[in-house]
Amino acid sequence: MTLSRGETFELKVTPDPYVAIRYAGASGDFNPIHIDEEFARSVGLPARILHGLWTMAQVARAHTEAAGGPERLRSLSVQFRGMGMLGAEITVTGTVRAVEGAVATVDSEARQGGRRIIRNGVAEVTVD
Amino acid sequence: MPPATDAIGKIYPATVYAVGREKVREYAAAVGETSPLHFDLVAARDAGYADVVAPPMFAVVYAGHSVVQGIFDPELGIDFAHLVHGGQAFSWGPLVVAGEEIETATTVKEISARGELSFYVFESVSRNRSGKTVCIGTWTNIVRSGG
Repeated sequence: MTLSRGETFELKVTPDPYVAIRYAGASGDFNPIHIDEEFARSVGLPARILHGLWTMAQVARAHTEAAGGPERLRSLSVQFRGMGMLGAEITVTGTVRAVEGAVATVDSEARQGGRRIIRNGVAEVTVD
Repeated sequence: MPPATDAIGKIYPATVYAVGREKVREYAAAVGETSPLHFDLVAARDAGYADVVAPPMFAVVYAGHSVVQGIFDPELGIDFAHLVHGGQAFSWGPLVVAGEEIETATTVKEISARGELSFYVFESVSRNRSGKTVCIGTWTNIVRSGG
């Protein structure tokens, strides 16, 4: 697939209530703020929250699906801001900033309910 | 009080992570991957890979095993109650597939303060058994002090 300058892509995903449980098991990150509702509230959170790295994996997936495969994602850098909540739709957007040779530089962010939970995403993706 | 910076440059003992086929499938399912390369052995082999392919972000699993040494290092004394994951960067080499063993070395790259925020940045370098670098990770942890 080709990604040309100025092109945008989008991925929408709604994390179901058990995503954080499955991701804890898959990743080994069992921080109770992600898996224990009572604990999360006891430390002042509104509810259990998503793992930031799960959300980053959605940003990565937006790129690999747009570019045509996992081998095309060469680098990805993000900043985490705010909290990702379970049960509410997340929209990842990517915008191709530049293409030089076979490498596209893509800016990205992830929003949930109008809040940017990942920002300043920058990726390098190989293109045909 | 700004954090002590003596540990900058500290290198933790390398860890080795054995990538399992079912672990790759479990991780890929947990993050919603749809490509058959992550699940289907035949599809992966048809595409030229020796086994199912780990999604790039699977680096958090094999490299995370190494980075936790820094996060839990008493010399750094990171205050978990006020710790947030501020940023993350990865750059990737060849894709990792099930059956590989990945060795990761983590170093303390930066300790700094900005206002009441302390920054602890770790760098992980992961290599496969052929010596190829499969992933370099930069893990930025932020601790809010004085709160």
